[in-house]
Amino acid sequence: MAQSSFIDIITPIMVGPSSSHTAGAVRLGLLARNVYDASPHKVTFRLYNSYAQTGFGHGTDKGLLAGVLGFAVDDKRIRHIFEQPEAKQIAYEFQYLEDFNRHPNAVDFIFEGDLNMFVAGDSVGAGEVVIRKINEFSVKFTGKFNTLLLVYRDVPGMISRVTKVIQEKNINIASLHCDRYAKGEEASMCICVDGELDEEILKLIEGIENLYLVRYVRKLEH
Amino acid sequence: MIEKDINSFEQLYKACNIANVSIYKLAQTREAYLSEKTENEVREIVKRSLEAMKDAIKSGLNSNELSLSGMCGADCERLQKRFQRKPALFGNTFEKITAYALATSEENLRMGKIVACPTAGSCGIVPSVLVAVGENFNISEYEQINALITAGEIGRIVSNKVALAGAVAGCQAECGVASAMSAGAVCQMLGGSNKQILNAVALALKNLLGLTCDPVCGLVEIPCVKRNPFLAIHAVTAAELALADIESKIPLDEIVDALEQTGKLMSPTLKESSQAGLAKTKTALELEKSLFKK
Ligand code: SF4
Repeated sequence: MAQSSFIDIITPIMVGPSSSHTAGAVRLGLLARNVYDASPHKVTFRLYNSYAQTGFGHGTDKGLLAGVLGFAVDDKRIRHIFEQPEAKQIAYEFQYLEDFNRHPNAVDFIFEGDLNMFVAGDSVGAGEVVIRKINEFSVKFTGKFNTLLLVYRDVPGMISRVTKVIQEKNINIASLHCDRYAKGEEASMCICVDGELDEEILKLIEGIENLYLVRYVRKLEH
Repeated sequence: MIEKDINSFEQLYKACNIANVSIYKLAQTREAYLSEKTENEVREIVKRSLEAMKDAIKSGLNSNELSLSGMCGADCERLQKRFQRKPALFGNTFEKITAYALATSEENLRMGKIVACPTAGSCGIVPSVLVAVGENFNISEYEQINALITAGEIGRIVSNKVALAGAVAGCQAECGVASAMSAGAVCQMLGGSNKQILNAVALALKNLLGLTCDPVCGLVEIPCVKRNPFLAIHAVTAAELALADIESKIPLDEIVDALEQTGKLMSPTLKESSQAGLAKTKTALELEKSLFKK
């Protein structure tokens, strides 16, 4: 059993009022920003279910925008995020929806800019978040580790090809999560690493055949 | 050598006895070992939380800005004014605890900076007790950090069995556990033994079993904000009894089991879903109507 930590009980330091609806929103925004990894011209936020219903009283909209703009969970400016210069430099829009097939605290981020991208995630409680979708691909990762995300055609040997590149560079793989939707079709791989992957490794991996998507997502600091 | 695999209060108590140390010392050594940090680095993290708690109290005492919904935010000011006119029956420490708890909770819902200890909704309880007792009884910062570690270790062990979330086990697992953590922290600051500390936790927790989570309009405001000063004072009652060597007849681990079972038996309508209790009262429904019109 993984050992629990008392530090988790007496942290985080965050802006209120809710771990899942405020801090979780900021963290989800931050992680989506790391996935997108560019400067968007416009971001559309689609808030679902509980996020849509009680978001206004929890500052969920403010948290999501602050995260996408790179503000930390304990930044007091989040309360007045709409008035911050950073917020005035991009266009943004909030939509409120109901879909009970989705998590109670689900969000879609639609990034528009030089690169267009769709990112979907959930705030799953106590400030913890999960990204579930990038464009049309299903993924699953939490931002606790630097993560290499791959979506690829499900051909034999892919896992060993990728992990070999990483291990040859002496980088420790903390966890490996694979998912497959139908044999021979699309599959995804989330590789959490201790430490950093550099440009050189990423180039080597991008060179592997049958990859639809390669994304290196940095972990969240808080 | 200190035991690392500690998942119950009985294990904690025994391990402390064997190593002949206080709870905070064992917790800090264990944490340092598992997180590959030095004990000083661990204490540094705790110190940052303690400082953030003090900052939140300070900001909260000086504000009457309302929450985003407009339902709460000005009560700490009211309370301070009353104490200026007429001192509290139970003296200055009582005044400070109740005011600090309200200050922190109100700061939380106006999107101020707080420590979610253990959760945002219950964020006023541990700081109010810790800081008020710390100030009025000349407790050094070093000892306050010891007390906060003690509180954290108590919360950790409870959370091994039941998630500290209203949606999982009701408010007994949020404000209830916060109160129990505070009771242990007060005992630690006032020089209580490990046994007294754990009895304080047991007494506090035992008397909050069954506390539901039924927030009005689904917001962390009613009853959460005012619940914080109540349960902060509850913690002091538990500490006073425990320091008199009054023991809980039911051992602490069994109380945690009872809390978990009670949480499971509690109707989902009373676990943060706002489908029953206070959230469905006539006035709550009216408030909901006026808020969602906006
Ligand atoms: S009533 Fe519910 S939301 Fe409010 S503090 Fe308690 S557990 Fe948290």
